[in-house]
Amino acid sequence: MKNWGFKIPDSRTLDLDKEDLKLYNKIVEKVPSARRCIMCGMCSATCSAANHTNFNFRLVHHKFRMGMFESLASELDKCMLCGKCRMLCPRGVNTRAVIYNMRIILDNMYYKNI
Amino acid sequence: MENKKTVLVIGAGPAGISAAKSLANDNISVTVLEKEDTFGGNINNWAKLFPNFKDAGEVKSSLIQNFVNNQNIKIVYNKKVTELKKHNQKWIANTSDGEVFESDAAILSTGFKVFDAQYKEELGYGIYPNVITSVEFEKMYKNGKILTVQGSVPKKIAFLNCVGSRDEKVGNHYCSRICCIAAVKQAIEFKELYPQSEAFIFYMDIRMAGQFYEELYRKSQEKHGVVYIRGRISETSSTIDKKVQIKAEDTLAATPLRMTVDMLVLMIGVEASKSTTILSKQNNIDGPYGFAKSKDIHTADNYSNENGLFLAGSCKRPLTLTETIADGKSAAISVVEYLKQTK
Amino acid sequence: MNYNPFIIPFTTGAIILFAIIIYKFIAWYRKLDKKQRFYLRKNILTFKSIEAIKESFLEALIHRNIYKKNLLLGYMHMSLAFGWFLLIIFGKIEASLHAQTLFEEPWLAIFFRYFVRDEHKFFMSEIFPPLMDFLLLVILSGVLLAWLKRFSSSLLGMKKTTRHSKFDKIALASLWWIFPLRLLSESSTAALTGNGSFLTGTVGNLMAVLNLQYFEIYFWWAYSICLFAFFVSLPFSRYMHIPTEVVFIFLKKWGATAGEEYSGYTDFQLNACSRCGICIDVCQMNFAANIQNVQSVYFIRDTRYKHLKDETANNCLMCGRCVEACPVGLELTVIRQQLRNKKEIAGKHYYDYTKPQEADKKYDIVYFAGCMTHLTPSIIISMKKIFEEAGINYWFMDENKGTCCGRPMRQQGFIQQSKDLISINQKLINSSGAKTLVTSCPICYKSFKEEYVLDIEIKHHSEFINELIENNKIKIQNSQKSIVYHDPCELGRGSGIYEEPRNILAKVGNLKSSEFEKQNSLCCGGSLSNAIIELEDQIKIRNHALENLTACNPDILATACPLCKKTFVHGNKAKVMDIAEIIAENISLQNQSSKHKEKNKIKTKIEL
Repeated sequence: MKNWGFKIPDSRTLDLDKEDLKLYNKIVEKVPSARRCIMCGMCSATCSAANHTNFNFRLVHHKFRMGMFESLASELDKCMLCGKCRMLCPRGVNTRAVIYNMRIILDNMYYKNI
Repeated sequence: MENKKTVLVIGAGPAGISAAKSLANDNISVTVLEKEDTFGGNINNWAKLFPNFKDAGEVKSSLIQNFVNNQNIKIVYNKKVTELKKHNQKWIANTSDGEVFESDAAILSTGFKVFDAQYKEELGYGIYPNVITSVEFEKMYKNGKILTVQGSVPKKIAFLNCVGSRDEKVGNHYCSRICCIAAVKQAIEFKELYPQSEAFIFYMDIRMAGQFYEELYRKSQEKHGVVYIRGRISETSSTIDKKVQIKAEDTLAATPLRMTVDMLVLMIGVEASKSTTILSKQNNIDGPYGFAKSKDIHTADNYSNENGLFLAGSCKRPLTLTETIADGKSAAISVVEYLKQTK
Repeated sequence: MNYNPFIIPFTTGAIILFAIIIYKFIAWYRKLDKKQRFYLRKNILTFKSIEAIKESFLEALIHRNIYKKNLLLGYMHMSLAFGWFLLIIFGKIEASLHAQTLFEEPWLAIFFRYFVRDEHKFFMSEIFPPLMDFLLLVILSGVLLAWLKRFSSSLLGMKKTTRHSKFDKIALASLWWIFPLRLLSESSTAALTGNGSFLTGTVGNLMAVLNLQYFEIYFWWAYSICLFAFFVSLPFSRYMHIPTEVVFIFLKKWGATAGEEYSGYTDFQLNACSRCGICIDVCQMNFAANIQNVQSVYFIRDTRYKHLKDETANNCLMCGRCVEACPVGLELTVIRQQLRNKKEIAGKHYYDYTKPQEADKKYDIVYFAGCMTHLTPSIIISMKKIFEEAGINYWFMDENKGTCCGRPMRQQGFIQQSKDLISINQKLINSSGAKTLVTSCPICYKSFKEEYVLDIEIKHHSEFINELIENNKIKIQNSQKSIVYHDPCELGRGSGIYEEPRNILAKVGNLKSSEFEKQNSLCCGGSLSNAIIELEDQIKIRNHALENLTACNPDILATACPLCKKTFVHGNKAKVMDIAEIIAENISLQNQSSKHKEKNKIKTKIEL
């Protein structure tokens, strides 16, 4: 095979036939309001952590919803849970509960109650 | 001669005017009660109307033809109706100054009020002088100039949609329908006045569901270079030179966004007016958000569940002016139907 | 020897009971943390022990705190507890006097009337039968009330009563029957021997229609078996509070407090809960939002029986209303916090990305607005105005890139993360060299006070403004507007600041009182401590609170917390203002010369 000098990258397509969208149901079970999100970006705009770094709650939530879990755990670690997003969310999404539950699901080995 | 039937119309806005005119045409004696000292209602607040930039004053004057000097229409100003009730098949309206009006049927055309942007404190309305509402923009535009509080032409202006609409935190879950197109209209008006300045529209969804709306949207992009940013502004703050700093997320780029504009226009939503809420509650026809509830949205939209009490215009839900005028006429037809039955 | 086989159930039960209690107490004692043991050793031989005895008497026996809630409810608890206590004490005295030794058979006191049937006289023997009958009557009246409470809790001033576990039901049923059976046994003996008094004698006469020669022994058997059932189920039921509460009172008096982590002291507290359910009635989650099964009593129960769910622990506003109401004085919110805490991940740093600017020079005062305050910019503007008016050299620490105080993280149990945030802010605050830290947010305030190690005075802006006014640093005028003040949970019950805000408001307006004030104030519903509750329920809590606070139609509903303000504003019922805004609006500017102001003008840095 000819060496073209570059590698064809792995497909960046989001393949919804393969992705596991069921994990999101676990969030919805606990936080029914999560489904109401219209991705307006008010949460990520007001975010205290986003002042310092490129943390984007809306994106993390969306990725989780679409089954793209890669590197989400470390992204979630940036959240300070300050609650500004929840105060503003025009759809009344309990954003803090979404974060909390995503965190527990992704980091389950760490966060077990006594 | 047979006694003429009488109808009370509460509110002399576009819906009330068009209903009154149609009823008068059918030789029904109409009394219009208006709480202000002039007719027209909210139409008085607008300069030009979407989608064709027709002068609101012109629209108003063609609307009031055969209204003011109609012998079948009696207009009473400065009469705020505080109580509306049915008594022995008659509708009785008590006004705040103690006068009583009686009729065979009544039309509620008490319309809407705009959302008070001070409830969204984080947007800085009432705190930073260069944060204004869309209604204030119209007033300025009527005077031919859009100027900041310092008296200069804004080099950058931003419009924010959905202020007080689609917001569960202030209790308004619904879409006000007219703000998207109004923002497009105002952005074009601004760019026509000051082609050198920049205009930005912050939106969640651009809802252009009306004839020529989409074309207007297209025109604003193509001809005027209005920039559309998909994201809701979360907070504003003020610089020492009174510019407005905006925090938002460009959700398409998934990046936090900050910008400084000379002026921020809040596209405030539509809420039920106080009279709408009070009078519909009195008659148990109140629906969600304080609007009046029609009997059936498809087939009896001008009827209420109270026999003889009819609904016209935006006391039911947010409507455009076009729809409101048509709805007034439609209400008049329903009233005539009703009066024929009750003889 | 006074012996009959029917004493066996009682005696076995008593032995099992004491063995389990002692085993449990030792186990919990061993789990006490260092600090708690230290206080125990330090104060055991001091006057504090006397105080503990006094309080044990007042609370565990008389139930003074329950009397405060409702007289009948108090009487019910007192008659059962104090009545039974006296019955045991006098029973023991009677038995000892009769046997002329302190070491008579341990069951003699309990079954005295059966064994001592003759008219044999001993010292003071004639006063005991009427006394014991009277005590029995008092207890029986308490049992009757307890029965009534099951049928209609509102009779005793309770809206809701606790639902019970299996062991509770066994213990409760046996408790209900112990005293009626004692009455029947003693009465039947009295009918046969005439050793009864006004109660047992009378009832005995009524019972004489039965063949008591035959039935007497069975009544005593039933009595003894009931005691056995009660004793054996006690350590596993809510009645464990009877012995535990006393130990808890002693530990508390000696100075123990629940720390950050679950300890033996937590076990004592969990078991000291009598599940009286008073906390259910004061819980807004219950009466405003109709959310059940999360109240402190259920939380404590589930924790004790080790089937606590995350939802129960987390679905709480942590407003502290139940702590104020708890007749036992349990540290309910602290315990809940302990159970929320997650295990730490050693060595991990979460917020390395923060690169906060350090203070560029030295300042007198640091101002930390708090995350939420950035959503209420008029509080910030008002504070700036007040600082400038008072000519203060201050540093607005979180004007642009604030870091959260760490309390919200902590309250959700992420301790490690919280500590991380705290250390970032601590460094920043110390870099300013200031002597005072002022904050506008009660949540931050409590965090700074309790979780930070700062060698600096910490003030909420209501305290700070109050001082400025007292020291004539700013002058204010009275607007004559009517004001109702809402106590934020973290500032009022959380930090005990009730007077300063009222002091200020009384000077700028006409301060009116509301039904729910100070210790009894309501939560606005916006609490950050509850990450479970959905908006719909928050709104119910908010609307209920708003209705009560605005009952007298005030011009202004004042509060001292950006979270409360924002929550109430959305309720659209009254004009809601923070104390800082009200002061800034009513500041009289004439007392400051413009030169003085110029000198102290604050440089506001604008960062884009």
